[in-house]
Amino acid sequence: MDLLTVEALERPRDDDEVRAALPGLGPDRALLGGGTFLFSVPQPHLRGLVDLTAAGWTPITAADDGLTVAATATLARLADLDPAAYPQWPALPLLAGCCEALVGSRKVWHVATVGGNVCLALPAGPMTTLAAALDGVATIWDASGRQRRELVEDLVVGTRRTTLVAGEVLRSIHLPATALRGRTALRKASLAPLGRSAVLIAGRRDPDGAFTLAVTAAVPRPAVLRYESLPTPDRFAADVDALGATHGGWYDDPHGTPEWRHAMSRHLAEEIRAELR
Amino acid sequence: MTSVDGVPLPAEPRPGQCLRTYLRDHGHHAVKKGCDAGDCGACTVLVDDVPVHSCLYPAVRALGSAVTTAAGVPDEVGERFVAAAGFQCGFCTPGMVTTASAFADRLADPAARARTLQGNLCRCTGYRAIADALDGRANTARHAAGPAVGTPAAAPASARIVRGAELYTLDGPTPDDLAHLVVVRSPHAHARITGIDTAAALAMPGVLAVLTHENVPTTLFSTARHENRLDDPDDTRILDDVVRFHGQRVAAVVGTDPAAAEAGARAVVVSYEPLPAVLDVEAASGSVAIHGDKGPASRIADPARNVVAAIHEGVGDVEAGLAEARSSGGAVVGGTWRTGRVSPSSLETHASRAWVDTDGRVVVRTSTQVPFLVRDELARLLGRERDGVRVYSARVGGGFGSKQELLTEDLTALAALATGRPVQWELTRTESLTATPTRHPMRVSVRVGARPDGSLTALAIDVLSDAGAYGNHSPGVMFHGCHESMALYRCPNKRVDAEAVYTTTPPSGAFRGYGLGQVQFAVESALDDLARELGIDPFDLRRRTAVRPGDDFIASAAPADHPDDLQFGSDGLPECLDLAQQALRQSGDPAPDGPSWRVGEGMAAAMIATIPPRGHRSEASVTVEPDGSYRVRVGTAEFGNGTATVHAQIAATALSARLDRVVVTGADTDGVGVDTGAFGSTGTVVAGTAVARAASALASELRGKAAARLGQGSEECVLGPDGVHGSGGAFVGLADLAGARGEGRHEGSPRSVAFNVHAVRVAVDTATGEVRILRSVHAADAGVVVNPQQCRGQVEGGVAQGIGTALYEEIRLDDAGRVTTRVLRDYHLPQYADVPATQVFFADTVDTLGPFGAKSMSESPYNPVAPAIANAIRDAVGARPRRLPMTRDRVWALCQDV
Repeated sequence: MDLLTVEALERPRDDDEVRAALPGLGPDRALLGGGTFLFSVPQPHLRGLVDLTAAGWTPITAADDGLTVAATATLARLADLDPAAYPQWPALPLLAGCCEALVGSRKVWHVATVGGNVCLALPAGPMTTLAAALDGVATIWDASGRQRRELVEDLVVGTRRTTLVAGEVLRSIHLPATALRGRTALRKASLAPLGRSAVLIAGRRDPDGAFTLAVTAAVPRPAVLRYESLPTPDRFAADVDALGATHGGWYDDPHGTPEWRHAMSRHLAEEIRAELR
Repeated sequence: MTSVDGVPLPAEPRPGQCLRTYLRDHGHHAVKKGCDAGDCGACTVLVDDVPVHSCLYPAVRALGSAVTTAAGVPDEVGERFVAAAGFQCGFCTPGMVTTASAFADRLADPAARARTLQGNLCRCTGYRAIADALDGRANTARHAAGPAVGTPAAAPASARIVRGAELYTLDGPTPDDLAHLVVVRSPHAHARITGIDTAAALAMPGVLAVLTHENVPTTLFSTARHENRLDDPDDTRILDDVVRFHGQRVAAVVGTDPAAAEAGARAVVVSYEPLPAVLDVEAASGSVAIHGDKGPASRIADPARNVVAAIHEGVGDVEAGLAEARSSGGAVVGGTWRTGRVSPSSLETHASRAWVDTDGRVVVRTSTQVPFLVRDELARLLGRERDGVRVYSARVGGGFGSKQELLTEDLTALAALATGRPVQWELTRTESLTATPTRHPMRVSVRVGARPDGSLTALAIDVLSDAGAYGNHSPGVMFHGCHESMALYRCPNKRVDAEAVYTTTPPSGAFRGYGLGQVQFAVESALDDLARELGIDPFDLRRRTAVRPGDDFIASAAPADHPDDLQFGSDGLPECLDLAQQALRQSGDPAPDGPSWRVGEGMAAAMIATIPPRGHRSEASVTVEPDGSYRVRVGTAEFGNGTATVHAQIAATALSARLDRVVVTGADTDGVGVDTGAFGSTGTVVAGTAVARAASALASELRGKAAARLGQGSEECVLGPDGVHGSGGAFVGLADLAGARGEGRHEGSPRSVAFNVHAVRVAVDTATGEVRILRSVHAADAGVVVNPQQCRGQVEGGVAQGIGTALYEEIRLDDAGRVTTRVLRDYHLPQYADVPATQVFFADTVDTLGPFGAKSMSESPYNPVAPAIANAIRDAVGARPRRLPMTRDRVWALCQDV
């Protein structure tokens, strides 16, 4: 939809121009990723937008230490990455799997960005799930020219809340090779076959036997359970049960009751545990 | 520079503009607005061959790109949608066509199709016809010779629709001085407005006027429209000084453009004195009086108790009947069921454009099913004579009952009068979901008893219908909902206790089925329990208990007390029961593997009167044009109901004409004298009868005129496709008879009945609550089917909406009465992935009352779907669903109780 209060839209063309724009950000001047969220609901508080998509950031960079995904990489880019080209990284099918979990259409994938999905910080944001399950580390630039790194699971702290402060921009997310070498499994619960995720859980089993589980959508902020080896079903179920208390309560919105989300988290987590046994 | 379909677009977009409005502002109206939020796909375009939702796409990013709309897609894609009849209202179609052109490979892959079409919502078709278009199947045929009635003719507008060239309400030339209207809405569920300060708004640049309760007429009216305006309570003001639901309109700001109007709306300062909210319908009759200020002239049953309308009546003795059931060794069952608040959600939101023409007439172009009724009420509100107001519609992008309302036209007309400029108001999708009427949520309790053979001894319902903040359609929905659902069954002892009550929630209104879907959900569920108790097959129970020709239609009053014009013009129920039962036995999809899945079957029956009671009028004319073609003028709006096709087929048949020689124009108060409107499934049976009569009158006139010209008796003259043939090879061509005219009318009485039976097999995952429909069959008694392809589409579309009601859709409110499902991501309309194929059967009946033996068939397929699915879930899991929608979280919870 039209953002009728927006009077200026800047399109920085390189890193320097992006950095130069950061100090001007504030309550009425926001960063624009793909725009698939910002343009989908009224934003009457906004007067200006800084569009990151012309900065020319390389969408996806593969190196020995893993994959670096620019914040402006579209979901379509991520989904189209061919796992067969990276046989050393069995985790790669999780990229397309998490894109499939987005309630937005394939046409949205062409525009929506990985960074935008994470920074929006919706419980059901599947790029958060992806990064949380793969130990993803965010690189963040601030307005004074410094940068910091933070695990994505820590960056998202609640519904529509992150640790980002005014003037900061998420530059990229690094998915380390250590995590990409794991096998993964993904489960989703939704009120409709292709509906918004009420529960979105990704699991990872590393070559050394370590097991990681990222629980999202069911709780307001991502929860990650890490084990040196596969947990017993009972211990695992108890750990999943405890997430409601530790991560802000089982989520309640029109996409499913808290009780059902809790039960589905348990059910689907166990399916993942069994699949990655 | 952007190019659009190969044409340069030199103008610069605004900074915050999306591509959708940038294209539309420059005349590219193939791009539609369904949601403006990236959920529906009606605005899909290709940017350098990449399909995107243009509503989400910053327009500045398209600079230098080649944009393709449906108008620029290769013809072959759209032609497949024409051949398949892959649309009804057609509003989503340009976006479907652009999507199909860009994703041909993915859409050809059965495994990928549902996900690929996720971003394209169709509210009309149920997607089968769209799948046929994608698969290249042809369902329509060009009419060449013989009777056009009974042929699968394509909609006359097809070729324009698929290219995005058919004009909807806000398409076509835009006046240079067009002003825009934005509404300020209430942040309270119930409050008195203590002050409105419009000074700041009026001082803003571009703000032309602000309408508030202080400067608009205070006339009470109802947004619901009926032939008899006294059917609906006059409890609504254009702008009131009391707001009764969160989201009610408080003020209207008119600006030179949407930005000015929106800024002005933000600058209006309103102070409120909150009043007690009444959100619990069960407690409403003992709560604060929401319309306590209204007098008898408002026609509210009991304003002090918040009761809009009530029925408390019966025949026989229900208690005695229940006792008889018990003593005979039969069964008595009962229970309480609840239905959800469901949004009609036509893809084209409510919108209108009003202006004052050079003769001083107020002209309104609007998205309506009832242009004549809107004209009449608008004249009353504006204090004008009827001929001082003209209302018309272009093609309407879906309605489903929601446009049997006067929801926008009053404000645009007043704004046009206030500013002297044409004024447009286009509701946002969020306004549509939060502040336009929904299906009435109902609580229905049923008690039913039967002897061991299944014959009913007692049938009683107790209904509580949530009217919301204004009475609107509540009386009609309550009476209709209780009538055919009860009258379907033979039983000597019946009772209906029903009340529609006010709450301070968004108003309920008209929606496909008009109350029957809610009451039949409960009655058909209870009968399913009864069949189980008695050990009788549920199809057999209906065979034994349903009304037969010769029976009276009795809902809750003896025929002597309640004379009725309802008749058995035909009876297709037995055949429908046989067809559905046989079809259900055939295999469907296999049940999923796994120990937690259970399989069950269920069915439900439904009856509907073919015409609403208390009068429904239509007038039509057919003329011979100078070129020898025929023009049909009728009042009916085309909103995907297919009446433009049906009326052409009826006229062509009566005139022995080829279909392509008949043009139908409708939905203009200047076109004909009278038309009650396109609701109550009357497009075929009422307006179609008027057209048939007009065409027959014209045929007689043509024979008579030709006979006079040839000096022969008119009995010797035969009307053929090109003119009148006399004896001895004499011939008068149609062009020589130009100007000839026939007229026809129908007053909507007597009325017949139509029947529907739906049956499903489902699999239920008791571990997750997921319900999969493995087989879905529907048998419909539509009489003679005028257009088998269109009628099948109406059935499938009704079934899809029934599936939405059964499993997915619910407008939800928070504790303050604010709607929380404000976008289509949160209000789940059925997608391609959600709607299984339904096999449709038609009973072979000929109605004695309808035109060419036809009956109505647009609302009723919806009605039996939810109870059929509920009965199948009950069969599968052993527990009875009692609340719609039967979402996975609720079905899971149900399974925990087993």
